[in-house]
Amino acid sequence: MGAKIKQVEYYLPEGILTNEELEKAYPEWSATKLEKKVGIKQRHISGPNETSLDLATRAAIKVLEKEDKDLIDFVLFCTQSPDYLLPTSACLLQSRLGLKTNIGALDFNLGCSGYVYGLALAKGLINSGVCKNILLVTGETYSKFIAEDDISNRSIFGDAGTATIVTYSDEDQLGEFIFGTDGIGAENLIVNGLSARNSYILKDVDRPTLYMNGPEIFNFTIETIPPLIQQVLSKNKLQLSGIDYFILHQANKYILEFLISEIGLDKSKCHIDMLDYGNTVSNTIPIAFKDAFEQSKIQEGDKVLLAGFGVGYSWCSTIITI
Amino acid sequence: MIDNFIALLADALEKETSDVNRDDKFRNYEEWDSLAVLSVIAMIKTNYNITIPRKDFDELNTISELFEYIQAHR
Repeated sequence: MGAKIKQVEYYLPEGILTNEELEKAYPEWSATKLEKKVGIKQRHISGPNETSLDLATRAAIKVLEKEDKDLIDFVLFCTQSPDYLLPTSACLLQSRLGLKTNIGALDFNLGCSGYVYGLALAKGLINSGVCKNILLVTGETYSKFIAEDDISNRSIFGDAGTATIVTYSDEDQLGEFIFGTDGIGAENLIVNGLSARNSYILKDVDRPTLYMNGPEIFNFTIETIPPLIQQVLSKNKLQLSGIDYFILHQANKYILEFLISEIGLDKSKCHIDMLDYGNTVSNTIPIAFKDAFEQSKIQEGDKVLLAGFGVGYSWCSTIITI
Repeated sequence: MIDNFIALLADALEKETSDVNRDDKFRNYEEWDSLAVLSVIAMIKTNYNITIPRKDFDELNTISELFEYIQAHR
């Protein structure tokens, strides 16, 4: 028994925020410099009435066009910007998609590490015989948490939704996983306000607001990810030369290039493309996967290393066979 | 030693080495922004193999203070 990724689709909201628009709003800020260093030209931003559930629904509809939706027997929904505190977005998604009612559905709250965690959960459910065809979705609208005057976060983050079908297969195509968690970093990437910790009362702000301590997140990344890559290779009994392609969380170009040089990866085997999307949190890896497949950068039989890392702190890596 | 550090720092900040001096307060440089911070962190990690916790970094003001911190912690 084993598990494999069968299909991946994504959806980007129609609203686009370009570097030129940001430059108009913040005259002291340089769009050219941002694009050159961070590798982002524009990001898609959800509309006022467009939510993570809406984005995930659009992606799920695309992925189910090629599938018998009655085969779906579990829904996993990764989001940190759910439509409601309750009910569960995955339950709303089941109803919207017209999936059967005798299936499991749950949300899990993770950011940039979330997609790889979702693959681990899906593999566990399938290999333990709990279910056979899982709809794993990610949906994120960080833009709704970002203050108007927060140029750093506005320039980095974009919204998106993705949907993946993970299904049983004779051979396991999802390899061994390495997980990591360190809650000491919680304060460095956090949405303040509207939390039980604050009695759900917003103080001094009119909406929940994202705070990111960029330098500390960068420190965390450069300390944690190089050993993570070595650990996942070792657990899968592979060497760097045995990997056909690397898809690391597309945080930004600068961080990826630093990691590539620090770890000693062949840059031509590494995905670096968030030019038109920005950092879309848990969506970056499935978007990159889909793009790499469409662009023939990866093909059937390839071994692809995936690594997600960020808010929590939380990190996770695996090696999949396409 | 500090001359080498100044050269590396100037490069990270995309400044001329001659425009960077040990007593300069680096946060006052026109080039100092959130992207410059990433470059400096990366330069220090690559060349000295340490990362500086934000709370320590925030207390360093001049280039020589930064250099002395690195020497003490590498």
